[in-house]
Amino acid sequence: MNDDKKMQVLHLLHENSRLSVETMATMLGVTSEEVKQAMTELEQSGIIKRYSAVIDWDKVESTKKVSAIIHVNVTPQREVGFDAIAERIYRFPEVRSVSLMSGTYDLEILLDGEDIREIARFVAEKLSTIEHVISTATHFLLKTYKADGVIFDDHERDRRLVVAP
Amino acid sequence: MRANPSSVPHPTNPREGRLSPLVENLPPSGIRRFFDVAAQMDDIISLGVGEPDFVTPWRVREACVYALERGYTSYTSNHGLPELRQAIALYLDAWFAISYDWQTELMVTVGGSEAIDLALRAIIRPGDEVLVPEPTYVSYRPCVVLSGATPVPIPTKPENEFRLTADDILAHVTPNTRAIILCFPNNPTGAVMDRQDLEAIADIAIRQDMLVISDEIYAELTYGAKHVSIASLPGMRDRTIVISGMSKAFAMTGWRIGYVAAPADILAGMVKIHQYTIMCAPIMGQMAALEALKNGHSDKDHMVNTYNQRRRLIVKGLNEIGLSCHEPRGAFYAFPDVRKTGLSSEEFSERLLREAHVAVVPGNAFGEAGEGFVRCSYATATDKIEEALERMRRFVASL
Repeated sequence: MNDDKKMQVLHLLHENSRLSVETMATMLGVTSEEVKQAMTELEQSGIIKRYSAVIDWDKVESTKKVSAIIHVNVTPQREVGFDAIAERIYRFPEVRSVSLMSGTYDLEILLDGEDIREIARFVAEKLSTIEHVISTATHFLLKTYKADGVIFDDHERDRRLVVAP
Repeated sequence: MRANPSSVPHPTNPREGRLSPLVENLPPSGIRRFFDVAAQMDDIISLGVGEPDFVTPWRVREACVYALERGYTSYTSNHGLPELRQAIALYLDAWFAISYDWQTELMVTVGGSEAIDLALRAIIRPGDEVLVPEPTYVSYRPCVVLSGATPVPIPTKPENEFRLTADDILAHVTPNTRAIILCFPNNPTGAVMDRQDLEAIADIAIRQDMLVISDEIYAELTYGAKHVSIASLPGMRDRTIVISGMSKAFAMTGWRIGYVAAPADILAGMVKIHQYTIMCAPIMGQMAALEALKNGHSDKDHMVNTYNQRRRLIVKGLNEIGLSCHEPRGAFYAFPDVRKTGLSSEEFSERLLREAHVAVVPGNAFGEAGEGFVRCSYATATDKIEEALERMRRFVASL
């Protein structure tokens, strides 16, 4: 399969990872075998990490989970730069994402917790105490409007007439 | 998707002598009746819509809001905003290799529809005949009649995948033939004319001294070779009126912004009618169109790619059901053959609607040559296409 088709497989899966191999093959004008092969390659080369769902947790009644974005300034270390510190942080399972940033801070962390105190505890006990961490700034998420390309409460409906020339 | 049935006006019989005979004898659109039935049902999946299912890209809508905030609410030049005409000229040149002077050869219209009407009214003389290859978009024949000419339908054939051939035309040319209306990529068949196909048509047009009205509203929606405009062929620019617009490629149907490119003398004639009847296209729509032409190409590419994926899905699905379907190479319609079911286009469509709750448009709504076929629009979400195909499969099996 050529690179353009592979890109299209990625886009289709990113949009809806439950599409069947057969449907994707039809949509792209290739065989099912080719799609399977491409997916295997993309998985094995680590391009596809996993297949997951986009969830609006605010709509889940039973959870009171909170999330925070934390900006962290660190002193990079000789030889390993930011990577070793990032790893010490991302190994915690409650850390959903860690990115190295350009600009006024170094690492951006997205952290999930059962409540505000749990997040406060993590910052105070785990994050701030890591050697080379200079400062942290914690921002709690209040509402998610759009995540990973999906608008959560989209009020735009199909307003077309049922039949039109 | 819904419509309020009470808002649908029902045709009334005109009182004797109140209407122009031209209007009185004009048949109502064949699509209307289906609309009335479909509007009563609430779990319809509609493959009957002749417009994109995408909402206009946000950047375009946002640009219009911004324009309104800055007070863009006036008339524009009859021809349309200069910036927009310049953008259209650049766009036509870059994408379809046809170049027009934005000051004398281009005009912005209220949708491609207005341009069709203007083109005909500008060129028709008493006694003229206009060739209309069919099946095709529903407006051409009525517009020809209203312009005072006689429409001469030319049936295109399923075995040619509904492309127009030189022989088709030659069988219908008379000394009174004034013009031909081409609509490729075609609504409803999805047919596309390649360069060679068009060369044969151009040859006849030149020999017979015919004008060509080329409605290229679906030009951007092709799924193989790039669209070729007949105006780009040698000798054709001076006898072709190119009509297009923002509706299909940029999902801007409701904005009503079309445009026409034609030789200066013909365009001047069209502008005359336009300035007295319309004045100008709405400035808000023109501002939005400008944004779309300047920055909307990635949105357009994304939509075209999505249509292409759905196209493969619906064509394969229809063929598997036994409704054989040629590969539509443009627009967003599949045009399957339903003759094997033993039903006429209308019977098939009406029963499919009532029994399976899927709306399609009977092919004969687009001219007699469409009998035996139905139009299925794949400007519809993928999951809805799949559900519609499943319902159609059960329906066909039940016959």
